[in-house]
Amino acid sequence: MIKIECVFRPGKLEEVKEALGKYGIHGMTVSQVIGCGLQKGRTEVYRGTEYSINLVPKIKMEVVVPDYHVDRVLEIISSVAKTGKIGDGKIFTYPVTDAVRIRTGEKGEDAIK
Amino acid sequence: MLKNLWRLVLVTLSMLLLPGLAWAEDAVPPAINAGDTAFVLMSAALVLLMTPGLALFYGGMVREKNVLSVIMQSFIVIGLVSVQWVLFGYSAAFGPDIKHIIGSMDWAGLANVGQDPNTDYAGTVPHLAFMSFQLMFAIITAALITGSFAERMRFPAFLIFTLLWTSLVYDPLAHWVWGVDGWLRNLGALDFAGGTVVHISSGVSGLVAAIVLGRRKGYGTEPMIPHHLPMTVLGASLLWFGWFGFNAGSAVSANGLACSAFVVTNTAAAAAALSWVAVEWMRHGKPTVLGAASGCVAGLVAITPASGFVSPLAAIVIGLVAGVLCYLAVSVLKTKLGYDDSLDAFGVHGLGGTWGAVATGLFASKAVNSAGNDGLFYGNAAQLVTQIETVAVTWLFAGLATFIILKVVGLFCKLRVDADDEEAGLDITQHGEEAYAANVSSGTLFRDTMA
Repeated sequence: MIKIECVFRPGKLEEVKEALGKYGIHGMTVSQVIGCGLQKGRTEVYRGTEYSINLVPKIKMEVVVPDYHVDRVLEIISSVAKTGKIGDGKIFTYPVTDAVRIRTGEKGEDAIK
Repeated sequence: MLKNLWRLVLVTLSMLLLPGLAWAEDAVPPAINAGDTAFVLMSAALVLLMTPGLALFYGGMVREKNVLSVIMQSFIVIGLVSVQWVLFGYSAAFGPDIKHIIGSMDWAGLANVGQDPNTDYAGTVPHLAFMSFQLMFAIITAALITGSFAERMRFPAFLIFTLLWTSLVYDPLAHWVWGVDGWLRNLGALDFAGGTVVHISSGVSGLVAAIVLGRRKGYGTEPMIPHHLPMTVLGASLLWFGWFGFNAGSAVSANGLACSAFVVTNTAAAAAALSWVAVEWMRHGKPTVLGAASGCVAGLVAITPASGFVSPLAAIVIGLVAGVLCYLAVSVLKTKLGYDDSLDAFGVHGLGGTWGAVATGLFASKAVNSAGNDGLFYGNAAQLVTQIETVAVTWLFAGLATFIILKVVGLFCKLRVDADDEEAGLDITQHGEEAYAANVSSGTLFRDTMA
């Protein structure tokens, strides 16, 4: 099993969710986060004092999938979340050693179906 | 009761013994006008509403962890000053004069302040109505100062400071400018609704407090941006609304002068909102909402001393200048000099009030208010000199007295919160509460305290 952790534009959340749902992936954890990469951020002004806000709001989505789904899921997310401009985000993958569905006690891939 | 009965007997006897007509007429109490009384009481209520409005105005501008502490500082002032005013504050400010400096304690506990008018101040409304109206000014003045030391003052020190400041700065100053035989009033100073008494005094005192307490931890390096601008706009709107009571109500009569004050108040606020937004749009490329809210307050401050003496066209000029001046004060002057006037009590009230007091000396006209005077543009340069003298006296007195009060309070009560408490925020450390409890997701209930 692999955990796919992707950070992308907040405006792309619904599209990514829908595309993953069509592929059969429904389980996910989504957080509102702030971060920075190549994107410069923005300037805000309060009573004439300028603030450079370089941590910008993003969405972080975590999905755990069986190994054989990983390539396809990466493809889906990167194509749907892409705008081609700086600030589209990043995807990270991690190996997952086990999973447990708390309600039933199922383990491994059964727990993430 | 007994006292009143005794007075009645004396008056009756004197009328019997001295049947001269003039004597009898003098004994008849002046007539109360229902319209004026309703207007003054409503105005007092409007001015009271400005203080919770100020709490929201300031509350939105601080960081989330300090919003309650700032709101509390404004709100508790209503309690503190209301009681002080009844006990001795009103007497000190408006009571019978002692050597042009302070009112005597003849009216302490509101003795001799009753349902009949006091013709020295307002001939057609009960003295109690005038007293209440003036109370609301004392309240908001003390609350205005809190903007300068927001996010770092300990609550106990704040309470002691406010009580002393109101008693030792506000009350004497109100007596000097507005009290019968007050020395600045005798000098001919014009301050219709509190440019010197309210705004310069609070703004300059705020600056001194900001300097004595020192800058907030992380000031200049960490972002300290407003956490809830809609709250600030709501507060500014309530201030604007209440300010009609502040300025129009200062006519203490529902008459043409009140209407004139109403119109110039709105006009100056509107003009200042426009000019503040325009200048920051030019400098930073965007017209901000905080700028519009701040601009209207700057205009309201500046028109306050002039509101009973100037025409609507003068109000436009006063407002336009106030917007630009106060914007430059908070964005350029504050940065250059490096003081941390957290929410710009000095930049907006101190300097806006100073401009308003000087502008009164420029634009005042007897055509607007025959009881006032002409200013420089109407051929009376002396009025401008008087206004400048009054401003200088207010700056010096408020600044020095505030410095001394803070140093004395600091001797027995720590003024500033610890660095750790400042980091954690004043809401939790001073008041044990959080403004936005959604942040609390876990905790243990102390069941034994609930039994």
